[in-house]
Amino acid sequence: MINSVIRRIKKSDKIGYLMSLPYLISFALFIAFPLGFSFILIFHKWNIITPMRWVGLKNFYRLFHDVEFLRAIYNTLIFLVIHIPLQIVFALLIAVLLNQKIKLRGFFRAVYFMPVIVSGVVITILWQQLYSYETGLLNLMLTSIGLPRIPWINDPSWAMPSIAIMATWKNVGLYIVLFLVGLQNIPAYLYESAELDGASAWQKFRYITVPALNSTMVLVVILSTIGGFSLFIEPFVMTGGGPMNSTLSAMLYIYNQAFYFGHMGYAATLGFFFAFIIFVVVLIQKRIVENK
Amino acid sequence: MKRFYIYLTLTVGGITFIYPFLWMIAASLKPETEIGAIGLWSPHFNLESYRLVVQKIPIWRALLNSVFVSFCVTVSVIFFGSMVGYALSRLNFWGRNLIFGVILFTMVIPFQITLIPMYILMVKFGWVDTYLSLIVPGMVTAFSILLFRQFFLDIPQDLIDAARIDGCNDFTILFKIIWPISKPVIITVGIITFMTSWNDVLWPLIVIRNEKLMTMPQLVTIFAVGGGAEARLGAMLAAATLLAIPIILVYAFFQRYFIESMATSGLKG
Repeated sequence: MINSVIRRIKKSDKIGYLMSLPYLISFALFIAFPLGFSFILIFHKWNIITPMRWVGLKNFYRLFHDVEFLRAIYNTLIFLVIHIPLQIVFALLIAVLLNQKIKLRGFFRAVYFMPVIVSGVVITILWQQLYSYETGLLNLMLTSIGLPRIPWINDPSWAMPSIAIMATWKNVGLYIVLFLVGLQNIPAYLYESAELDGASAWQKFRYITVPALNSTMVLVVILSTIGGFSLFIEPFVMTGGGPMNSTLSAMLYIYNQAFYFGHMGYAATLGFFFAFIIFVVVLIQKRIVENK
Repeated sequence: MKRFYIYLTLTVGGITFIYPFLWMIAASLKPETEIGAIGLWSPHFNLESYRLVVQKIPIWRALLNSVFVSFCVTVSVIFFGSMVGYALSRLNFWGRNLIFGVILFTMVIPFQITLIPMYILMVKFGWVDTYLSLIVPGMVTAFSILLFRQFFLDIPQDLIDAARIDGCNDFTILFKIIWPISKPVIITVGIITFMTSWNDVLWPLIVIRNEKLMTMPQLVTIFAVGGGAEARLGAMLAAATLLAIPIILVYAFFQRYFIESMATSGLKG
């Protein structure tokens, strides 16, 4: 067996291996090793300084009894439930408008896309001011038309929705572009024949546009979900996870456990578990959206 | 009339996206007491907030660090990504499809799993608080290999055969013949890699403690979170503006490529 493998390797092109080498090294060091080591870590208690201690399944036991961890999952779900529909509605609306024959299309597209390229830190610092209870732009606008102030990031029940709104503002440009690509791939004859049959604008949207954008929807939902589970810098900078843990995100919780408390084993377990959740959620979403 | 509503919606939307940035720049130039205002203009514009930022944190050094790190990562990703992409698309060797399968598989692994062991690896290598920890782990990316491979698959075999007859080896073919006709994919990979690297905060926060080695987003984050700004809103907004300006300038010049790159990669990823 081994001999035959070696013989086959000798026959084939050595240059291929040489050129693939950078990836193989990077894979071994930065993917295979961390994956394997992570698997060892989840059975240990370790703060990097003192020796590792085997704890068996204790990390998992702890995980399922950890109130803060449950809160982090709950917060992430709140984020996704608000962020994904907002994202799809606005991205689709703007994309459909931009897909009409209008002037300045490129200009508008560039404007909506701008927050996508700017660092999340900038966006968060900016929105922290916009959300400020006393002096924030949003509350100033509300009070100037006679509405009450909203405690955007000061109230536990408002804080996560506020972060979800900000994230929508930051990312929607990317999804507008993705939907635009999808819209431009819909053949014009579909609309023409629908018009001959007397379809209304809404019917055309509902029965031609939406089904044709199905794969883009899957992509938007999956990317937003992965983004939601990776949410870190926004709560880290804006609220520090507060008030009352209401914006404690999954990633922020892992970060705190590892680098604030030094619980490497437990943090690795959390990482594993969150990755597992992402995997399951994405699979379920893919099923649902594709079957629709 | 319908036209009118389309333009109205797009303009209102556009203002929602542009105005906060303008407000940020204006606020960074206003005296502290005038920041809580809806309007942009102030008769008292000054550079006090910027002076404070420059005085408190090594922001220019952080800018250089960011440029250096992002540049190294981007050049390396283009170089190695195209090389592996070439091997996987144009060379025949045993195990090629296995490597391709592994790359596809690694793309779906969430980074949450590998983050902690990666940090431990950096500690063991002694790379914490060095540029190596910021650059080396990002030097080869799966997505760049996939994009290059996809692009190279469409190059006619005749071109490569002709070069081979002329005595070129695979490295010369890749860098002398294929690179010049691969500008679209090089630009795409370059822009996405540069942007991702430039804006990354979590990884630098984990591996860099020394203020002199911090990247710009990391330094600004710590300035905002760690009380370095002494609750001076103007200083925080000035730091954020300084961080935003380089990438917005690059974006202003290459805006079309940015959007196209993200669209292509989004659809492939």
